[in-house]
Amino acid sequence: MTYREHTKGEMIPEGSSRGDRGAAPTDTLTGRGTALGEWVAESSLLIISLISIVVLGLILLFLLMEGLPTFSFVSVKAFILGHLWYPTDEPPDFGILALIMGSISVTLISSLIAVPSGVMTAIYLSEIAPPKMAEILKPAIELLASLPSVVIGFFGMVAVAPLMQRIFDIPTGLNLFTASIMLAFMSIPTICTISEDALRSVPVTYREASMALGATPFETISKVTVPAALSGITTAIILGMSRAIGETMVVLMVAGGAAIIPGSLFDPIRPMPASIASEMGEAPFRGDHYHALFATGITLFLFTILFNILAMSASRRFRLKG
Amino acid sequence: MTFSLSKNRLSGKRGTVQSIWFALFRGAAAINVLALFAVILFMVIQGASAINWAFLTEMPKNSMTEGGILPCIIGTICLALGALAFAFPVGVATAIYLNEYATQGKRVAMIRFAITNLAGVPSVVFGLFGLAFFCTVLKLGVSLLSGALTLGIMSLPVIIGASEEALKTVPNTYREASLGLGASKWQTIFRVVVPSALPGILTGSILALGRAAGETAPIMFTGAVFFTPDLPTSVFDEVMALPYHIYVLATAGTHIGETRPLQYGTALVLIALVLGMNLCAIIVRSRLRNRNRI
Repeated sequence: MTYREHTKGEMIPEGSSRGDRGAAPTDTLTGRGTALGEWVAESSLLIISLISIVVLGLILLFLLMEGLPTFSFVSVKAFILGHLWYPTDEPPDFGILALIMGSISVTLISSLIAVPSGVMTAIYLSEIAPPKMAEILKPAIELLASLPSVVIGFFGMVAVAPLMQRIFDIPTGLNLFTASIMLAFMSIPTICTISEDALRSVPVTYREASMALGATPFETISKVTVPAALSGITTAIILGMSRAIGETMVVLMVAGGAAIIPGSLFDPIRPMPASIASEMGEAPFRGDHYHALFATGITLFLFTILFNILAMSASRRFRLKG
Repeated sequence: MTFSLSKNRLSGKRGTVQSIWFALFRGAAAINVLALFAVILFMVIQGASAINWAFLTEMPKNSMTEGGILPCIIGTICLALGALAFAFPVGVATAIYLNEYATQGKRVAMIRFAITNLAGVPSVVFGLFGLAFFCTVLKLGVSLLSGALTLGIMSLPVIIGASEEALKTVPNTYREASLGLGASKWQTIFRVVVPSALPGILTGSILALGRAAGETAPIMFTGAVFFTPDLPTSVFDEVMALPYHIYVLATAGTHIGETRPLQYGTALVLIALVLGMNLCAIIVRSRLRNRNRI
């Protein structure tokens, strides 16, 4: 571009902008109206942003409001450590220890499946797979994440549970083990995508240095890349577990629904979300059972908040390292 | 970075260890992808025979053992669009505020903390909240509106996250150029930043729409019912929804065996709806990536 063309080109927009100024005076920063407009824009965006805080506050408030009346007819200790959950009996028993143990056991066992599988898939996608392959596989993992939970639960019910029943020769396929497998496939995408991001954020120079020192690709992965991304992978695992403990439809349809503390891998269980989802429809409005289910909701919420805080502190460490 | 293996074939013990582990990594990835295809294939094989024009366009008959699932399809679409109508404006505005106006400070840290925790709230707890707040306190009852709002607050963190990602990819030079030409901050955001981030924002919103359409637990007590004789005519009507329909047909009632084909058909319709939306989003995004690369 020559100088002359440049000046020629400049003349046209200048002329037109002068014309604009006459036509739409609000388009410039000169008027007081615009400064006010800017202020209005920023403050309304701020107010809308506060909705997230308000919603979270309201969720806490209403859970407590509907859940705390529980402790007028059952003590906190009896509620949390009580073995018996017979909310509709006369007199009713409101002890959710079996539900808590159901949730914890199904989350732990599903993590035993999901963590190795998710992290290994992440390693494959970020370190080993040729770029073309990764480009095909990544959307597949994302699609796995997008399968509705009710479909996974339904699949577990009609396809996996009968299979388990036949393989292990057990009275019912709807049990802790089947639920854990199905739940694992719900948390694998979470674990895999976050771990992959963590692995990819490890600088290439780390790997190059390791390779230059004579390490094999596997030694580089296991002794350099994975340790460097470990905090990110930890975050991924915690968030995956958080997703598993809060997941409702899978445990509602596949876990069997018996409110007992599981003694074996093939016992039917009734995790907290399943209990809330299946009983809320029949619980009399603002009756004891209704309040007890909200209190169960509070317990479940506390578990996920605990997981979130752990994940946040893990990712903070990760950021300092990276 | 990927290691090109064919050029690095190792011999000896270290080579064996490496090939065993790499086979495991590959196997793990293969199992997860196979699981996706197993679920989809199973539903297609079992459900395809149930799908025909009448199934998609007729009302259910004979206490749900025959007929179509039209009210479920319409109910699910209404619920998901209603959720988006709330979550899209709020989510995008929040993302603009967090990314363009305030990026530091105590207030922002609090907003981010709330969003992170909102994202971690179990879906059934959203259902409890919707029941206690929208249905009871706001007196909306079990209705399309309550269900859509409950799904909306659940999709909020997803849309905020996706929009922020999209806004972050807009190069700072765009903003500087616009400000340098004399545009005000709001003009810059509204005419330069948001239009260039819009495809990314839309992609994220389609994903959120798909997720909202497939959720069951939040609408169980707030919007969905097993049966209504009519299609919804106002936002205060109860609606039928695909996910809830599958759940009830598969677990409750006396005709679980008889209605199996209906269950497979409904599940297949839901999968097609959700995966269709996701494929759209993925295609849009990969096109965008390619465009940005040039």
